Amino acid sequence: MFTIGSVGFTAPWLLLGLIALPILWLLLRAVPPAPIRRMFPGVALLLGLADDETQTDRTPWWLLLLRTIAIAAAIIGFAGPVLNPKTETVGTGPLLVLVEGGWAEAQDWNRRIDRIEALLDEAGQAGRETALVALTDLPPEDGFVFQSADAIATQLPGILPQAWLPDGETVLSWLDAVEGDFDTFWLSSGLALDWREAALDDLQSRGSVTVFESPRAVLGLKPASFADGNIELEVLRSRGGSDAVVGVAAHGLDPNGTPRQLARLDIEFDAGDTAATGLLSLPAELRNRVTRFEIEGVRSAGAVSLTDDSLRRREVAILSAREEREGLQLLSPTHYLEQALVDTADLIDGAITDIVLANPDVVILADIVTLADSETEALETWVREGGLLLRFAGTRLAGSDYGRDAEDVLMPVRLRAGGRTVGGAMSWGEPKALRPFGPDSPFFGLVVPEDVTVSSQVMAQPDPTLAERTIASLADGTPLVTRKRLDLGQVVLFHVTANADWSSLPLSGLFVQMLERLAVSTQSAALTAEDLEGTTWTLDQQLTGFGEVAEAGILPGVAGEALAEGPPGPDLPPGLYSGENRRIALNVLGREASLSPAVWPADVPVEGFAIQQETPLAGMALSLALLALLVDVLAALALSGRLTGATAALVLAALIAAPEAQAQESQAQESQADIERLLAATSEVRLAYVVTGDTTLDATSEAGLRGLSDVLFRRTSIEPVEPVAVNLEMDELSVYPFLYWPISESQPRPSPDAYERLNRYLRTGGMILFDTRDASTSGFSTATPNGRRLQQLALPLDIPPLEPIPSDHVLTRTFYLLQDFPGRFVSRDVWVEAAPEDAERAEGMPFRNLNDNVTPVVIGGNDWAAAWAVDARGAPMYPVGRGFAGERQREIAYRFGVNLIMHVLTGNYKSDQVHVPALLDRLGQ
Amino acid sequence: MSQPSAFTGLRRDAEALAGPLPPLLADAEHLAASVMSGAHGRRRVGQGDEFWQYRPSHAGDEARMIDWRRSARADDALFVREREWQAAQSVMLWLDMGQSMQFASKKDLPTKAIEARRIALALSVLLIRGGERVGLTNLGMPPRAGQVQLMRLTTAFATREDETEYTPPDLKAAPLRSRAVFVSDFMGELAPIERAITKAADRGINGALLQVLDPQEEAFPFDGRTIFESVGGTLRHETLKAGDLRDRYLDRLAERKAALRDLTRAIGWQFHTHHTGQSASTALLWLYTALERGH
Repeated sequence: MFTIGSVGFTAPWLLLGLIALPILWLLLRAVPPAPIRRMFPGVALLLGLADDETQTDRTPWWLLLLRTIAIAAAIIGFAGPVLNPKTETVGTGPLLVLVEGGWAEAQDWNRRIDRIEALLDEAGQAGRETALVALTDLPPEDGFVFQSADAIATQLPGILPQAWLPDGETVLSWLDAVEGDFDTFWLSSGLALDWREAALDDLQSRGSVTVFESPRAVLGLKPASFADGNIELEVLRSRGGSDAVVGVAAHGLDPNGTPRQLARLDIEFDAGDTAATGLLSLPAELRNRVTRFEIEGVRSAGAVSLTDDSLRRREVAILSAREEREGLQLLSPTHYLEQALVDTADLIDGAITDIVLANPDVVILADIVTLADSETEALETWVREGGLLLRFAGTRLAGSDYGRDAEDVLMPVRLRAGGRTVGGAMSWGEPKALRPFGPDSPFFGLVVPEDVTVSSQVMAQPDPTLAERTIASLADGTPLVTRKRLDLGQVVLFHVTANADWSSLPLSGLFVQMLERLAVSTQSAALTAEDLEGTTWTLDQQLTGFGEVAEAGILPGVAGEALAEGPPGPDLPPGLYSGENRRIALNVLGREASLSPAVWPADVPVEGFAIQQETPLAGMALSLALLALLVDVLAALALSGRLTGATAALVLAALIAAPEAQAQESQAQESQADIERLLAATSEVRLAYVVTGDTTLDATSEAGLRGLSDVLFRRTSIEPVEPVAVNLEMDELSVYPFLYWPISESQPRPSPDAYERLNRYLRTGGMILFDTRDASTSGFSTATPNGRRLQQLALPLDIPPLEPIPSDHVLTRTFYLLQDFPGRFVSRDVWVEAAPEDAERAEGMPFRNLNDNVTPVVIGGNDWAAAWAVDARGAPMYPVGRGFAGERQREIAYRFGVNLIMHVLTGNYKSDQVHVPALLDRLGQ
Repeated sequence: MSQPSAFTGLRRDAEALAGPLPPLLADAEHLAASVMSGAHGRRRVGQGDEFWQYRPSHAGDEARMIDWRRSARADDALFVREREWQAAQSVMLWLDMGQSMQFASKKDLPTKAIEARRIALALSVLLIRGGERVGLTNLGMPPRAGQVQLMRLTTAFATREDETEYTPPDLKAAPLRSRAVFVSDFMGELAPIERAITKAADRGINGALLQVLDPQEEAFPFDGRTIFESVGGTLRHETLKAGDLRDRYLDRLAERKAALRDLTRAIGWQFHTHHTGQSASTALLWLYTALERGH
């Protein structure tokens, strides 16, 4: 490539065209602009007038310059100028492309892939053999061969960053096993790795090493933790650069179960700092919904921190028997429970029925025996749906007959009367210690302190199920804690009191740990290997290298110790692990993590993204040429006197304002159409129907209203014109006296704005006829899909109390005397605004004096539009009933329509008592 | 280089309408309606149609002159019905039908020729309605009154067109002491115009000059290298910077107008310049009052 400075040309020979420019200059100079021929009667007066100057028969110099620039720019543009052309020297011999493949690279993975592609292209052109290796996913030592660059390029999409960092030992041993000399191109993540130097030495001994490193700092998010009721979030970066603000978003399910961002927090890095902390304060309800935190805009596993139960605060309701003595706090049955739970759970109290409504995670009954039937039922339902009922024994339980003869639902075992006391003043024996927990027990692995003793307890009746229900027992084998599963929930009984009366258990740390294991409380401290010893965890949701949460497939379980200790790796992928009762999140970055930048020796060339990119300039040069030519057009016009103000304005306007003008025009048309529509609606009576989006339904509505309009026209003095479709979102409603609204299941819900207008419409005298069109299947009820949809749609509407249409409603006599209101279906259930309470029937009158207004809604399901519907020739479109009776039904449907529109337009006119005598006459009374 | 003649179109229109009243006349009637036709009565007894007064008969009145109906109501006198004297004037029109009139600078402007014909015909309508006699000197058409003359004028306006670039006025067949109206752009040579007018004045003819100009001829909004051509293509003038000529052209135009005005003033005629962009009724009104003044 031919280069001048930092600009290269792909077709340099074209530049020879520049030599022709001076010739062009001379040519252009000799040819002045052509004259305009003008017809002008006044020429007689011009004859003999000479021009002042004569030298302007040549093109002016600035126009010449402009044209020369245009042509030079065109020549240069076609010669293909490129800024910063790539002129790298390509090495020889095999090339190893080394990708670390950890999460830290995920945030600019695409650019790395682009770089590798470019590298492979170059290697392919140079005929070098290459190999591509990701350190997190090392090929077997014998499977490692150098291949042609094309073959490697096809493997490129298969390489993805993993959610962990490469393991040093594995990498070093793999390097040892690889033979041969090669150059290395190392795409570094930019994070410090302790094995890096060793690996670098090894590679350098085999050939040259070039390092590619992103100048961007690697960002990471540490697991969230609690600090004084707030969530503490710590963001790390690998390099302490300038001030920066990082947004952290909390994601979770909203109450509808849709994943969404629940909260966000800006965390500021001070210049030079590599860590920054932010506090997020969330209400407990919201906090419990958070499933993960992530750094906004960073796509990597390190920028995501999954939350587990440790961030949840359980709601625990503690209930105890009535206090007998005041002020003796340490003797209170619940004191130790409250102390154990106050840090880690939200405590609530109240009556049982109220508490169950609040749906707590745990209900603790401390020595409560008698429960009302309703309370028992409520508790049982709650437990069966997944609640944990934790009971403690006490003197009341020991002294009652509760659960003696038959097993109570809310009691894990049957109890023997009285309980027992050991090691007291009046008994033999020592207080009993606890037996170590068995492997089936949820407490397995907890260390039993020796000083925990039990002096009193309630005794379980020996039962076949007793052994399996016992999860902790005393040294002599008597059950201490029993548990019964009840559908999804469980009932747990501590056979001792919740205070220190009967045992020293509540005083020990074991008590808290046991509560934790039972998932009554949650711990905020980090898990240790001892805590998790003996437990097995399965991966539920896996974190990909890009920080996405994916469902994990079926993987072998992981031992609790490994989970507590190990850094994530191929065997221990980060994600959400679930155990028996709780879930633990294993994040890429642990609580102790820190990020530090990689430091390379001075002799290793480090390349960043900031290498000068090739920038083709051809487009720019050609644009310049075009622009110059455009100016030349204007200048030439100006010179020859053809450029009037109007022409120039036209050219400029065409260039600049074309799209705008178009937009304005369409807007103007729209508003014009609106106005025409409103004029049409107000100049004549028009029936309107609501557009549902269902084409067939809308067509039926229109045909129905057309049929009704025809009937009205023929029989009454109401002479409506063609019905009109109304879009609730866009159209003005107030000009239509009547809206027909058929309900379909798929109908979209109107926007809040539309509801506001609908309510205004209803309040100011409009009427809506809701038609669920399902009286054939349901009568009219809310049990059908359409009925439910109607409920949803009408919920925000300002609708007064309703009642089934009374037999003396004005609708029954506004034009025809009617008692039925059939459509295609016959159902009496047509609802209108309820009559006021005090409506009364005057002496001798058949009708009550009902409400004064037009009912704002009429609701029914008789599918009236289908009964009214006529086609273009006026023939009915849908069959109604059978034979003559059907035709009669259609006629009555029309009459209902006539009455309805009459009611809409005349209100309670027919209710006026003046008409009563005439009506009585007609009724033959 | 002649423009497609508006008059051939006019004729075509007239034939298409199959009526003797081409749009030009309708247009002219319309224009004439804007000028109230005032009474031409001489306020004294004479020949005419309008009733003027009854006077007692005196010796010498012929018996047939006596108004018997009026006389029957009187006791003993006989009355003669007298009419108002309505003398008809002869007005001779001369219309420039040369090529230079066939010019309109914009599409929505009428050509000078059409404008001139409209005004002239409208004037004819007015005059003939008022009972005057109107003639056209271009064709040597003697002045006559009545609708038939109007038709003749219309036909002449619609069909007549001269080949010459600028035609000098002439006054063939103009009766002595009649009125004359010259409508032209007066762009041609000044001498023949001058000669014609002085000759007319010698014959006791009084009259008015209406100069019809295009707005472009007044403004000269040109620039750049331009070749100006006359409408007939006989004259041309090339310039490299038309903008420089503007002032000198405008000077010449003003000079020409001043010359015409001086000439008319000297012989008691009147002069007015009308632009095709202006309302034609203004020009018509001016012409009408110019002719009235002479009464």
